[in-house]
Amino acid sequence: MAQAEFSQSNSQSDYLQQIRASVARRELISKLFGVLGLLVISIATLILIALVAQLFVQGIPRLNWKFFTSFPSSDFNEAGILSAWVGSLLVMLTTMVIAVPLGVAAGIYLEEYAPKNWLAALIEINVTNLAGVPSIVYGLLALGLFSTVLNLGESILTAGLTLALLILPIVIVTTREALRAIPSSLREAAYALGASRWQMIWDHILPYSSGSILTGIIIGLSRAIGETAPLITIGALTYIAFLPPSPIQSQFPFISFEWLTAPFTVLPIQMFNWVSRPQPEFQVNAAAAGVVLILLTLTLNAFAIYLRYRLRKGVKW
Amino acid sequence: MVDTRVVNSSVMERKAEVKNLDFYYGSAKALKSVSMVVWDRRVTALIGPSGCGKTTLLRCFNRMHDLYPGNRYDGEILLDGVNILEKQIDPIEVRMRVSMVFQRPNPFPKSIYENVAYGLRVQGITEKSLLDEKVEKALQGAALWNEAKDRLKEPAYNLSGGQQQRLCIARAIATEPNIVLFDEPTSALDPIATSSIEELMNELKEQVTILIVTHSMQQAARVSDYTAFMYLGEMVEFNETNLLFNKPADQKTQDYVSGRFG
Ligand SMILES: Nc1ncnc2c1ncn2[C@@H]1O[C@H](COP(=O)(O)OP(=O)(O)O)[C@@H](O)[C@H]1O
Ligand SMILES: [Mg+2]
Repeated sequence: MAQAEFSQSNSQSDYLQQIRASVARRELISKLFGVLGLLVISIATLILIALVAQLFVQGIPRLNWKFFTSFPSSDFNEAGILSAWVGSLLVMLTTMVIAVPLGVAAGIYLEEYAPKNWLAALIEINVTNLAGVPSIVYGLLALGLFSTVLNLGESILTAGLTLALLILPIVIVTTREALRAIPSSLREAAYALGASRWQMIWDHILPYSSGSILTGIIIGLSRAIGETAPLITIGALTYIAFLPPSPIQSQFPFISFEWLTAPFTVLPIQMFNWVSRPQPEFQVNAAAAGVVLILLTLTLNAFAIYLRYRLRKGVKW
Repeated sequence: MVDTRVVNSSVMERKAEVKNLDFYYGSAKALKSVSMVVWDRRVTALIGPSGCGKTTLLRCFNRMHDLYPGNRYDGEILLDGVNILEKQIDPIEVRMRVSMVFQRPNPFPKSIYENVAYGLRVQGITEKSLLDEKVEKALQGAALWNEAKDRLKEPAYNLSGGQQQRLCIARAIATEPNIVLFDEPTSALDPIATSSIEELMNELKEQVTILIVTHSMQQAARVSDYTAFMYLGEMVEFNETNLLFNKPADQKTQDYVSGRFG
């Protein structure tokens, strides 16, 4: 009897040891993977930091008021990014005004109105795939469609339309995802009070998902702001020493849309132009323009994070 | 002891009547020739085992099924004599007269005030003083006014679960509907919140007709005047609550109310 008990406890401690060995082995593998992951991500981050740091070290000394208020020039000390940042700003504004209503409306239609049939599935696949089309292809399309067929020329409007097309899939997809995330219990609550579909969307679903939709819009815009290829394709200038006509006029009707038809350049093109010059001083200018571009993108992203935080704080379910 | 029911029954009116109602989710038939009466300003309970079609029947009364494709009604629900299942009748119109309280509290992520005011706004009321008045009346009706009157601007999510459900009741009664539908309104609540909602129902029935789905026979016995027992999509028995529980006519009802299945 006592012996039986002994052998039983013995086999039990054997068993325990087996378990411990197995746990230790699996934990080791887990730890190894953790270390490997950390290593990979550190290398990636370090490279990125090094690149950005080099850009900042090179570019920041060049950043002063004059740099922002001067046109490009063959004299690197005189050269600035005035036409480039004004161009970027106006092109972004145009892009936003076109892409946001179109993209959000398309997202709402596809998610809330479109019947769920093969046509909707086809559109869905197309929209998702459009997000992955290389941007230069959009440039070619725009060159043919907007510049030539619609005769809009090499203007800010053409650029805005092109970039709007480029970010439209991003806006549509994030809008749909944001709408889909609203639980059906809230939709039913609105309908049960006699809301129409539009009232349900406008009074509830849209406000509750606005944080996520805005985030998508800003991610789209921060992609558009760095685009070079499609704008070069549609004929953006690489050297321009004048500004588009001001949107604000001193005479009635005080606002003007003439700037939409003006030629333009944007920051990444200006940067590209300077990088391709042989003089090392122009490399410094390029770095400075790069710093401005990076800061702009970071600001946009920070703004997106802030908005998401603010708008989601009161909204949970 | 005076049975008030008998006294009242002389003036009792039919608020709604279900006649031979079939309902299909696509090709699946969930309700089979259901008929029943909903008496004006009484509480009618729907009981039966899970999956027997209580929720399905309830959601016919406000045409909630119209929101999803493939659903089909066959038969009639007369509300004040008019068949609300008729194709020409806009479900929105029906929902403005028949409101609903759901299984889980589902307030909008808006302020307490806006939650209650929403149904009124949908109906086109914009005048601030009228909104204020109706919001207060609804919150009082839902026994939430004292707790909420100083925090009307606060988000509804700051309320406890039981308070949220009472807010949903206030939202549902603010528009002074003909019928309020309750789908297991206390299944997500603790016993104290449950009993406060049951008490509330007793007060509400002075003003409004109530149809409640419940999985708890005790709850049906406590709150309802009439009870319908459903089984596998059919209406097995419909009667005054104490008759249905004490003298069930059908063997299945007998088995269910005595706890032999379900
Ligand atoms: N949206 C739906 N689509 C298809 N079948 C459903 C749907 N909702 C419920 N059903 C089915 O209809 C029957 C009745 O369901 P329900 O009315 O929810 O029952 P109860 O509320 O009595 O528990 C069940 O068999 C259920 O599976
Ligand atoms: Mg149910």
